[in-house]
Amino acid sequence: MSQTIIWTITIITLLGLLLAVILWFIAEKFKVVEDPRIDEVEKVMPGANCGGCGFAGCRAFADSAVKAPNLDNHYCPVGGNDVMQKVAAILGHEVKAKAPAVAVVRCNGACSVRPVVNDYDGALSCKVKAALYSGDTGCAYGCLGCGDCVAACQFGALSMDPETGLPVVDEAKCTACGACTKACPKGIIEIRPKGPRGMRMFVSCMNKDHGPAVKKACANACIGCSICEKTCTHGAVVVENNVAYIDAAKCKLCRECEAFCPTGAIHAVNFPKPLDKDAVKARVNERKKKAAEAAAAAQAEPKKEETV
Amino acid sequence: MNRTFSIGGVHPHDCKISRDCAIQPMPLPQTVYISVAQHIGAPAKPIVAVGDKVKVGQPVAEPGGFVSAYIHSSVSGTVKAIAPRADLAGNKQLCIEIAVEGDEWMEGIDTSDTLRTDFPDDNKEIIEKIRRGGVVGLGGATFPTHVKLSPPPGKVCEMLIINGCECEPYLTSDFRTLLEKGQQVVIGTAILKQALGVDKATIAIEENKPEAIEHINQVLTQMRKVSSKYTGITVMSLRKRYPQGGEKQLIDAVMHRQVKSGGLPIDVGAVVQNVATALAVYDAVQKNKPIVDNSITVTGECFPKQANLLVRVGTPLRAIIDYLGGMPADAVKVISGGPMMGKAISNLDAATVKGTSALLFLTEKQTRRKPESNCIRCGRCADACPMGLEPFLLNRLALNGRTDELEQNAVQDCIECGCCLYSCPACIPLLDHIRQAKAQVMGILRARAAAAKAAAGK
Repeated sequence: MSQTIIWTITIITLLGLLLAVILWFIAEKFKVVEDPRIDEVEKVMPGANCGGCGFAGCRAFADSAVKAPNLDNHYCPVGGNDVMQKVAAILGHEVKAKAPAVAVVRCNGACSVRPVVNDYDGALSCKVKAALYSGDTGCAYGCLGCGDCVAACQFGALSMDPETGLPVVDEAKCTACGACTKACPKGIIEIRPKGPRGMRMFVSCMNKDHGPAVKKACANACIGCSICEKTCTHGAVVVENNVAYIDAAKCKLCRECEAFCPTGAIHAVNFPKPLDKDAVKARVNERKKKAAEAAAAAQAEPKKEETV
Repeated sequence: MNRTFSIGGVHPHDCKISRDCAIQPMPLPQTVYISVAQHIGAPAKPIVAVGDKVKVGQPVAEPGGFVSAYIHSSVSGTVKAIAPRADLAGNKQLCIEIAVEGDEWMEGIDTSDTLRTDFPDDNKEIIEKIRRGGVVGLGGATFPTHVKLSPPPGKVCEMLIINGCECEPYLTSDFRTLLEKGQQVVIGTAILKQALGVDKATIAIEENKPEAIEHINQVLTQMRKVSSKYTGITVMSLRKRYPQGGEKQLIDAVMHRQVKSGGLPIDVGAVVQNVATALAVYDAVQKNKPIVDNSITVTGECFPKQANLLVRVGTPLRAIIDYLGGMPADAVKVISGGPMMGKAISNLDAATVKGTSALLFLTEKQTRRKPESNCIRCGRCADACPMGLEPFLLNRLALNGRTDELEQNAVQDCIECGCCLYSCPACIPLLDHIRQAKAQVMGILRARAAAAKAAAGK
């Protein structure tokens, strides 16, 4: 009886040892050498796998970042500069800090100002709606209101405002991954620099139609009147295809364009004080008057010389 | 028992309430808006300028590519503007606006009713006349006819099928055309038959139009006595089933042949043309008359005056509605085309195009979608799909954006007939999502084909 037990244990042990040796050889033979830094980099990543960086997920980003000679083409919008600093420290590269960005909804056509001209009865999806027709309001460029962007946001930063029917971005949650910009068939969501202390200006309209048609479709729309372009002293505002666009890199946040915009299509957010439109208008008009006088004087001077 | 196609299909009530209304010409509108994108393929290029005087039948735009067509002025008058204008769906299309002054036709167009049974033997001349006449497939796809008549080398056409099924509920314009212009349709068929070089042509008509079947049979007996060119044309009565008018379904019904996934009708030796196209071919070849008008069914239970109207291309929809007594109060939806495949119109200021076949008015009760509930896996959509697809699966894949699997499950074969949506007891908007996915997959396939072509070119 006891001999049977001893034999069994001996054979099993020997078999175990033999298999362990075989497994060890196979493991050595087929070993995949992976850079340990990939794991390290992945560990400091946010782990959202959102694809905002342009790679399939955080692991793919880490893999590519480790192999890349520098980090110029790698930026995790979700983790931002903090994460990129950590990644750079692991890989021994240097990164320049990027300005933090945020998603901005460039449609201002709330239900109250953009009348519905037909009744949509199809599937509740902006993509489906956009493929079928121009939309249920007179504006063919604005928000369709079915919430594809809300569904696309993994961070819960977007929500539909039931009153305006437009998506609202929660700045605290938005990581600027850009998923919403891809989900929107009308392309009204833009990733823009957050600006100093969150202060930024943008034109909240994308309508490229001519003024009268735009005005009819939506009271808040940009009518392409170019007042903002003429007012701006920094060359930050450009009107193209009947719609204004503010270049965030050039904008000095003086809010002069906002004061002059007749439809309120130019939005300024996170400014500490509300805009005193009359004061700004008076200031600009004064400046223009002085400039005109100076120009007239400059013109008059050479004439004097001629007479002398 | 009459033949029909072998896979799927549904059987909606045919609702042909305007079947007894003869085709009547509509008085000329004050202004027409002629779109340059009235066909599949490249938009045409305008060849007139603002201020030009044009006559009826004068070309106003020339083809913008191989798959493209001529567009002619449908009225005589002055070109007022060439500018983008919202189409039926509210999307901007380049339109030529012409203010109507009188009704003066181009020289060389035969506007009399005399029947001309003798047509030229030269096929090149015929195809050139069809091309010059801006003839496109009027069955819905508006594919340029002259392209369809020039099969790719190596492909042999064995049978021409003239599609007189009109399987969409409510539509009656093809039926009226068969009844009132049967002779012209038969001559058009003979011309198409000769141009394709085939011996056999079949005019397929569904069994719910016995008058048309009888009339065309009579015409054929008459015409066979006139010339030997009319032999080989037969009428086939088909069982009533939607979507029998679909190209691939019709080939299956008539020839018992199935076009493989991604294939063309010519692969199985068939070319399908619509009844209205046959009439347009007759006009173009025998009368030198390009497509300047087409018959449109204006119908709906809530619409007081049913009609089949002969309308000039580019007539604003509002003019048609006003002519027939205005918009009914209880109509909530206007559809261009039939209730199964037609598109809801969001802009009544839009104008008709060559392919417009009907204006259908539906009430709230007829059209409002029921709330969507969960899929109960009953498989009715898969039973109904005439292409043998699995709509429930495609819908789920589409919602999750799985393009690879969508392609494997042949979403690109979907003909957008709406049978799945019609048969779904849970009222799931299957077609809405599948159509979206199909467009996406088609885009991927085209990009892949273009990349392969570019690689081969290198």
